Amino acid sequence: MSVEAEVTTTGVKVELPKSYEDIKDLIRIDRLPHIWCPGCGLGILLKLLARAIKNSGIPIEKHVIVTGIGCTGRIGGYLKLDAYHVTHGRAIPFAVGLKMANPELEVTVVGGDGDILAIGGNHFIHAARRNDDINVIIVNNFIYGMTGGQYSPTTPKGAKTTTSPYGHFENPFNVPLLAYAAGASYVARWSVLHQNELYQALLDMFKVKGFAVVEVLSPCIIYTDRNAMGDAVDLMKVIKERSTIDHNANLSDIDIDFSMNKIILGNFVKRERPVSYR
Amino acid sequence: MAQLLPKVGGIFVQAEDELAAINMVIGASVAGWKAMTATSGPGFSLMQEGIGYAVNAELPLLIVDVQRGGPSTGQPTMPSQQDVFQARYGSHGSYEIIVLSPGNVQELFFLTVDAINLSEQYKTPVILLTEEVTVHLWEKIYIPDPGEYPVLPHYTPSSHNGEGFLLESQLHDERGYNVANDPEQSAKAIWRLINKIRNNIDKIARVEIKYADDNPRIFIASYGCTARSAFAAVKMLRRDGYRVGYLRLITLWPFPSQIIRSKLGDVDTIIVPEMNAGYMAELFRGLGYNVISLPKLGGEMPTPEEIYNTAKGVAP
Repeated sequence: MSVEAEVTTTGVKVELPKSYEDIKDLIRIDRLPHIWCPGCGLGILLKLLARAIKNSGIPIEKHVIVTGIGCTGRIGGYLKLDAYHVTHGRAIPFAVGLKMANPELEVTVVGGDGDILAIGGNHFIHAARRNDDINVIIVNNFIYGMTGGQYSPTTPKGAKTTTSPYGHFENPFNVPLLAYAAGASYVARWSVLHQNELYQALLDMFKVKGFAVVEVLSPCIIYTDRNAMGDAVDLMKVIKERSTIDHNANLSDIDIDFSMNKIILGNFVKRERPVSYR
Repeated sequence: MAQLLPKVGGIFVQAEDELAAINMVIGASVAGWKAMTATSGPGFSLMQEGIGYAVNAELPLLIVDVQRGGPSTGQPTMPSQQDVFQARYGSHGSYEIIVLSPGNVQELFFLTVDAINLSEQYKTPVILLTEEVTVHLWEKIYIPDPGEYPVLPHYTPSSHNGEGFLLESQLHDERGYNVANDPEQSAKAIWRLINKIRNNIDKIARVEIKYADDNPRIFIASYGCTARSAFAAVKMLRRDGYRVGYLRLITLWPFPSQIIRSKLGDVDTIIVPEMNAGYMAELFRGLGYNVISLPKLGGEMPTPEEIYNTAKGVAP
């Protein structure tokens, strides 16, 4: 079944599944197994991102990945690319500096809802306002998974987390609306279950001139566990059954509430705006 | 800078905040450009995490802190020297850093270039620590032609040639792989960063000494803008027949202990005027000298007369 087996830095023999055959040269096999929990969507994103990079038409050496802190922040370390693991929340300004100094690079920031929208929220809206020519993938799992399940800026009102044991009192961000309002050139939302659509959105994202945002809904057992939603697979089922694709959705109407009765996905925004520093 | 930098092919950005500013210059440094940012006390506090990142990732860049007074928003338009320890150890974790203190406008120019050269040579951020009065001063200066004053080429660890370069914010080994769970490897990584500064103090640190030929047993030691008052005081003391020497720290950190000990010989007393609560005086005290600290807070510079009067009281 395996395409390659290698003894890793952790001393474990790891075999890549066959579905990785086409992208095995982009994966740091010696760093596997990865740190993500069973059921986490980040492994799927890693695969799709590697595949999109490989088929982007942009030379692989021009691709760089910038990540901050958190589960998602580890994604760069598994990709055999130039990858910059920076401080918490600062992936976007670091990426902006990189792109400014070397416009030939295709700079992609990958971060969680906490890294990009809480500690890094100010940089997110300002980079969108300037329309800095970088890509931002926001992996939204509705919670701070790595640190033990505290609420995040996308935790729906009512959800139980370590820091909202009586149900969350605050409203979450509507990420596509925020990105659009702040000025992003490209905005899409998909889930890790929608692999083909997400893959296409990542390919589109690389073609965009300007600030491109892809929100990726990803299940997290830390979130489902505290909210009696079963395990990560059960949340996948919810996303499968209740999500609808509407590219022309009214962005102010695509909040995801605690019931998850309505999950709107799509490629919402594609517009031309002047790009900063060009 | 906004006016001049674009004309020479540079990029000037007014970032949304200091967190963004320090991280943008870090990104630009990695991408192959010489990069710098400038701020005052509160913004310098916001930049500390990024400075620690650049220390650990070994990236050359320049941070200018124009010191203002007071904790918090403090005294936005008044000078101080209260950030000397924030400049040294403001970021979390154990590390050493290079901090230069210019004494006049000409030196602001040359020490800026020197600071950038040191950052390239030692692959570390360097801080130019100055004061509100020094940077608002107008003085005639000499600007050398391009090529006349040495400028080191820019160092970036990444070549963007497809080698798969990893830059890691956690403690890491030679490959950029995270070793944060390995005590031995982690200790090795921290000590290497510290010792590349500590083991080269003699090459990095600079001290200016004047009026030392007749082996005075009293020295006035200072730095930055305060050194101007100190120098005026020494000249007044000499005019009136007192044997007093003058010492100015050009490099604040690493603190040049050995250089001071070897050049001052058997000095009894060192008077240290400074615009903070007496921070650098403690360093001289640590060298075993009898130290008279002359701290001054509130935003006014110590006057030559104040320093003169103190020195006169102890001078033979």
